[in-house]
Amino acid sequence: MSEYEPVKKVSLVCAKGGLEEVYPSLIMANGARMEGIEASIFFTFFGLNAIVKKTHENLKVATVGNAALNLAMPMLKMPITMPFPTLLGAIPGVSNFATWLMKREMEKLDVPPVGEFLEMMSDAGVELYACKMTVDMYGLTIDDFVPQVNGIMTVGEFYEKSAGAQIIFT
Amino acid sequence: MATREIAGFTVEVDSDGYMTDYKSWNNEIAEAFAKEQGIDELTDRHNIVIEFMRKEFEENGTGPSIRKLNKQSGVSTKELYQLFPGGPAKKAALIAGILKPQGCI
Repeated sequence: MSEYEPVKKVSLVCAKGGLEEVYPSLIMANGARMEGIEASIFFTFFGLNAIVKKTHENLKVATVGNAALNLAMPMLKMPITMPFPTLLGAIPGVSNFATWLMKREMEKLDVPPVGEFLEMMSDAGVELYACKMTVDMYGLTIDDFVPQVNGIMTVGEFYEKSAGAQIIFT
Repeated sequence: MATREIAGFTVEVDSDGYMTDYKSWNNEIAEAFAKEQGIDELTDRHNIVIEFMRKEFEENGTGPSIRKLNKQSGVSTKELYQLFPGGPAKKAALIAGILKPQGCI
């Protein structure tokens, strides 16, 4: 048994909208609820892609300028040390292929697609918020978001809501 | 390997308190574990989850993910969190007499 106080509440900030950038926030927030920890996610900047109705099912793995794609190499039966040439990544369809590959591997691990994941998390009690400033910047309204989104908040409200929480930026 | 007394039985448990031999589990042990976790009474709905978890464990050597529980046991995620407040997969595994689930989902 740990001698430290257990974590009771987490607030995650999801600021990026690539598939491999959104999943960590979802998995960590859902995992928190599984441990009985209060959890919320504040989606901001490109992270909003993950909760917009029209885009959340179509998040992509970027294959241009993504220096960590070597990690995908073992899925293609190639060494993990092999870099993925960014020029190849620019060929149409390559990003779709990488995305498909990642979704397939996630499904094997029982990780749901983003839409189903948001429903599951909402049922588990994770609160989902969109950042007011970026919502205004992109000209969106609450109706553009999936119904699981609890609301739109300013940064100040995010900090108020996060009282007593560990804040995690992913 | 540690042992502990529960509901008048002596069972082997791991360092987190989960039973290491799911076969020596019975309903009285389940009731006692549940009380320790703040669940006063195991209802039919609890038992559906417990039975599903034990079946999964027997077949796969680990408890199911919440997603699988939701899809296959007929108990929704929402209800699962109500039945086992504060960590459904972990608490249900403890009460079901199986090892702590290894998945992150």
